[in-house]
Amino acid sequence: MRRITIALILLGIGFAALLAAFVHAGLAQAGRRQVMAENRALVAALGLTDPALFTEARYTRHLTQADLFTPFQDSPASFEHFPSGALVLPPPQIRSSHARLIGGHPPAGTGNPVSPRSE
Amino acid sequence: MTTPMHTTDSQPPAGDIELVDVTKIHNEGQPNAVVAVDGVSLTIPAGRVTVLKGPSGSGKTTLLTLIGCLARPTRGRILLAGEPVSALPERFMTEVRRRTFGFIFQRFNLIRGLSALENVMLPAYPLGIPYRELKRRAMDRLERLQLAHRAGAAVELLSGGEAQRVAIARALINDPPWIIADEPTASLDTRLVEQFLEEVKALKEEGRSLIITSHDPRIWQADVVDMVVSMEDGRITGIEHRHDAAAASAAPAAASEETASGDSAP
Amino acid sequence: MRQWLARQLHLADFTLGALMRRKGRNLMLLAVYTLVIFILASVLFFGSALRREATAALTGAPEVMVQNLVMGRHALSPHEWVEKLKGIRGTRHVQGRLWGYFYDQATGANYTVMVPPKQARDLQVAEGETIIGRSIAEMRDVTRTGYLFLLSPAGRLFKLKVKKVLPAESELLAADLVLLSEADFRRFFSLPADAGYTDVVLSVRNPNEIDTVVNKITRALPQARVITRADILRTYENVFSWREGIVLAMLAAALVAFAIFAFDKASGLSAEERREIGILKAIGWETSDIIAMKLWEGGLVSLFAFVFGVAAAYAHVFLFDAGLLAPVLKGWSVLYPQFSLTPTVDRLQLITLAFVTIAPFMAATLVPVWKAAITDPDVVMR
Repeated sequence: MRRITIALILLGIGFAALLAAFVHAGLAQAGRRQVMAENRALVAALGLTDPALFTEARYTRHLTQADLFTPFQDSPASFEHFPSGALVLPPPQIRSSHARLIGGHPPAGTGNPVSPRSE
Repeated sequence: MTTPMHTTDSQPPAGDIELVDVTKIHNEGQPNAVVAVDGVSLTIPAGRVTVLKGPSGSGKTTLLTLIGCLARPTRGRILLAGEPVSALPERFMTEVRRRTFGFIFQRFNLIRGLSALENVMLPAYPLGIPYRELKRRAMDRLERLQLAHRAGAAVELLSGGEAQRVAIARALINDPPWIIADEPTASLDTRLVEQFLEEVKALKEEGRSLIITSHDPRIWQADVVDMVVSMEDGRITGIEHRHDAAAASAAPAAASEETASGDSAP
Repeated sequence: MRQWLARQLHLADFTLGALMRRKGRNLMLLAVYTLVIFILASVLFFGSALRREATAALTGAPEVMVQNLVMGRHALSPHEWVEKLKGIRGTRHVQGRLWGYFYDQATGANYTVMVPPKQARDLQVAEGETIIGRSIAEMRDVTRTGYLFLLSPAGRLFKLKVKKVLPAESELLAADLVLLSEADFRRFFSLPADAGYTDVVLSVRNPNEIDTVVNKITRALPQARVITRADILRTYENVFSWREGIVLAMLAAALVAFAIFAFDKASGLSAEERREIGILKAIGWETSDIIAMKLWEGGLVSLFAFVFGVAAAYAHVFLFDAGLLAPVLKGWSVLYPQFSLTPTVDRLQLITLAFVTIAPFMAATLVPVWKAAITDPDVVMR
């Protein structure tokens, strides 16, 4: 068999695997709908706000609830304590305007930073 | 400009290669310019074996590349069966070269990593001939050279003689009327040289034309050779015709006329 | 057409033969290329799937959360706030939440201790009872004993009967939860009844009015910090996005690697390669044939690496639960949720990945050949 024939057969297998992946994804999504609905219900029932991905410290656990002090505990320039700092940034609402967070009123014209429409 | 003398009419016979005042200068206009070929006019007869002989630097290899449409002359014209080829655009020149010439190189220049059979098929790849057909043609060529049993061998493993025959088979895959060989026996022993000359004879009998450069006396003294062109410093210093009585009778006149007509013969 | 196809196959076959000359080196190259794509694709798949899973679940999160900030730090929200917020027009279901963190010395893990809201009917606990996440159950060997022992921060030992363990599919969201009754919670954290709530949550009657309501809240409670569901979703829509953090770093590193490779290759062909091109041209190949042959080289290797890298990444992330990425994510957590992600294929990301890896590689194989391919074939005669 020619080299190119072998190569094309192998490539064909690869593409078939990719195609199988696409199909699997489609089927699996349909199958998981029930589970996702249940999870949503759990979140609604308990009032959860963050996934339990980073349980290293209290201030990594609930990212969205973190106040200004928590991400910048020591100093904005200090090293990360945990690897999760390399994976996710502090939530956008903290990074935008600080006036809101320390109880002051934002300067006129900046709008409400926690409102999605102000971005 | 000299006119070819071995025919009575002004047009060369169909199939001949005609060179008209061909000059090739490398690095023209620069301080290291070299005149490789200087005002060569020559007619190479079809169906014959022509040898270009001369020391290294005589321009015979350059002349060969010009004849074989591998490069363009700086000045002058080359005609194939009466049709000018030296001024064609690259595309057409390649087409002509592919159709007309088969090359055998000094060191055979087989592509490593491929088998003998694949090397033979190589020149025909761009033509898009279906694989099975091409393989059949290549095996046919190898069979005729008694190499069918080595078709699948890697070229690095071939003996000198086998490699030589693979090179010949490769040169023949597109069934070209002309075979051009540059120093084909440079590193071969006498037995292999004789074998090579046998192949040359067979090719000539098939009706093909051959041009060979060599400074090996075993080649230019061989029986099968019809014309020997001597070159030195990019110019022709002598043409010797053999076998052909008519040519031989015309030759002295041609030779003397060519040597007399102003070329600076040493 | 048949002729064109035969020509392409011939040229491709030739280039494979040339590649096989240096079998070890080229296989190594292919392996590295595939590995790079595998890693990038794994991270992309994982990120997309996690984003999707988290944001889908968090659409059920509370609409508005109100926190008390004192001296810039989080403080308990006083009881009066609940009344005040109920008084704002447009708010509904205002309730104080009680939740906090607990560091379990026995395991070194952090738990989230919570009082389930009244509306979570299936998740109510009586005094002395608890509902916990599966990871805690496993870590603390609950299935054998049926009890969870916790040492409160004040030093008291709590023996809690595990009423229920939350399902495995909820791990991603609830792995570290410990649900207690309000009485138990207050006793555990030594929180007097008038101390207040952790924060206050509410929903709005009309979702379009949320900005207005938020403004009213901030006017009524100037020191409060308000977080909306939109903020939550926005945070997790960006997690593991290619625009930030480690994914961006990896993508940049891969691009730099490819650029270095391209630069190295583009710096020229070896004498042997040049000679070989000369031979091919002498025996009848045109410049376009040389170029096509090189395109096949780059194309075959790229396609192979891409197809197998992506397929392997898919299997890695969705069939093997991203086993290789887990240590990176786990970081220094002692408690890490064991979860499977719903397979997601983001076509745009794949196309971007293809472009970013295949294009430089093809350029790297083609560019050095270009100059040699157009030289005169007589070079082989010299």
